[in-house]
Amino acid sequence: MKELVVISGKGGTGKTSVVAAFASLAKRAILADCDVDAADLHLVLEPEVLQRHDFIGGKKARIDHEQCMSCGRCQAVCRFEASSMTGPGNDLVSKTYRIDPLACEGCGVCVGVCPVSAIALESTTAGEWFVSQTRYGPMVHARLGVAADNSGKLVSTVRTAASDLAKQHGLGLVIVDGPPGIGCPVIASLTGASLAVVVTEPTLSGLHDLERVAELTRHFGIPTLVCVNKWDINPDLTERIERQSVAMGLKVAGRLRYDGAVTAAQILKQTVIEHSALGVSEDMTKLWATVSAVLEVERQ
Amino acid sequence: MKIAIASGKGGTGKTTIATNLAYAAAEQGRLAVYLDCDVEEPNGHIFLKPTVDEERPITRPVPQVDASLCNGCGACGQACQFSAIVCIGDKPLLFPKLCHSCGGCVRACPTGALSEVPREIGTLRIGRSGQLGFIEGRLNVGEAMSPPAIRAVKAAAPVADLTIIDAPPGTSCPVIESVRGCDMVLLVTEPTPFGLNDLGLAVEMVSAMKLPMRVVINRAGRDGKTREFCDRNGIRILAEIPDVRSVAEAYSRGALIAELSPTYREGMECLLDALGQGVAR
Repeated sequence: MKELVVISGKGGTGKTSVVAAFASLAKRAILADCDVDAADLHLVLEPEVLQRHDFIGGKKARIDHEQCMSCGRCQAVCRFEASSMTGPGNDLVSKTYRIDPLACEGCGVCVGVCPVSAIALESTTAGEWFVSQTRYGPMVHARLGVAADNSGKLVSTVRTAASDLAKQHGLGLVIVDGPPGIGCPVIASLTGASLAVVVTEPTLSGLHDLERVAELTRHFGIPTLVCVNKWDINPDLTERIERQSVAMGLKVAGRLRYDGAVTAAQILKQTVIEHSALGVSEDMTKLWATVSAVLEVERQ
Repeated sequence: MKIAIASGKGGTGKTTIATNLAYAAAEQGRLAVYLDCDVEEPNGHIFLKPTVDEERPITRPVPQVDASLCNGCGACGQACQFSAIVCIGDKPLLFPKLCHSCGGCVRACPTGALSEVPREIGTLRIGRSGQLGFIEGRLNVGEAMSPPAIRAVKAAAPVADLTIIDAPPGTSCPVIESVRGCDMVLLVTEPTPFGLNDLGLAVEMVSAMKLPMRVVINRAGRDGKTREFCDRNGIRILAEIPDVRSVAEAYSRGALIAELSPTYREGMECLLDALGQGVAR
């Protein structure tokens, strides 16, 4: 089983439109949306949800306000400024301490120092993940809870479910829509993947971010292809990005032209392949041919 | 006044708005500072071209073991919630990349065998772009946790009349860390289905943090759905930046649009005024 991960470093370069087009072209693949805190692939593929699962995130400390005697030790030891005297009063004190769940990292240090055992670490539901059916086959996707953390753990959950599903269905490929950046959810999307495709754009920001994300894929030893989206916006910079990519040991997989059809397709909930056979759709078809050929080589 | 520029979706124009607002404020003679909190992919420097006066490592404390004092009791491994210390047999094994620097292990150790040492996770770059203060955090490639680097950027910020925080995309911990403690969140969106969906997620996040927010629509066109959404949720749209090629080209080569034409510069000044009024209210 192979895992193809589409990432970008910089956000908004067209990852999801590329993944949706690949879904049209690959036919037999499992899709996994690992951009769990701003997932968009479902807007195009309109999955029918077959299974819903709670995502149990990290633990959070919670203070029992009936027991708290407002000594302030929890606040003194907390390195995340999560504890403050903002809780309701009780029989003993007019105000108690309260843990801000948005700031708490669940380290449990406060639990150990509380003299009246008023604090406990509790597991929290930090989102949901889904196994669904789309017109191109099964898809695993998720929704991180509002202002929740542990997105890396949810990404790993989605990837594991997707590869299990691939085995069940006897499919040899998982296509992952990755998150932007180079941090924890990106690392969770990449580790152990067969091939990464970096979608970038011909801007100085795109070039700068590509350099960092390429360093990350090299760090994890993942073969990496580069594709410049909207290349014709700045042909000179496109060439510079491609030269730089080769110098960094990456392969250039193709170029995608700027085409209003990308947004038009999105509005109609279509992949660009479904929307038209011309324009960027042709570029996308060529790109997929290159990517699938490289995957085939990696397979042997 | 601290204003965070955020968005759910990436690539909607956060950095464009943040750098141009900061530039326009400094040009007006205000004491302004720009903080690049998108530590995974910091791009503000491309547009502001600062002179960097100081570079220093961003570190976070992680435990080290003095083997001569360790009695192998395993208390540190039990205390750690993040599997950053695992005791195998009577030896603690350290995984510093998983460490949240809570200090729990040091506290749990009965023999004083554990102490904390700084570990570098990124670089802080401090400088100026004309009259504008500039601070950037840059996470080392391969580091998973960006919130400590974001905290370091915010901690290094001097007191200013206006602090502009350029946040990373998304709606999870790095964004929350960037936005926490600011007076106003400016959400930058684009009028596409993906833009609208992610704006909805960002609005939920800012609401959960109980912070006031405003919206800027970038690459604005005929689409009315974003406006409808903002109306329905009682969120004011402060500006719409038209979808014109000159703006995209300026971005592509790392130029500020406020320098492109007086219209954009005045637009940024109006936006600053509107944000100021929003905070004062």
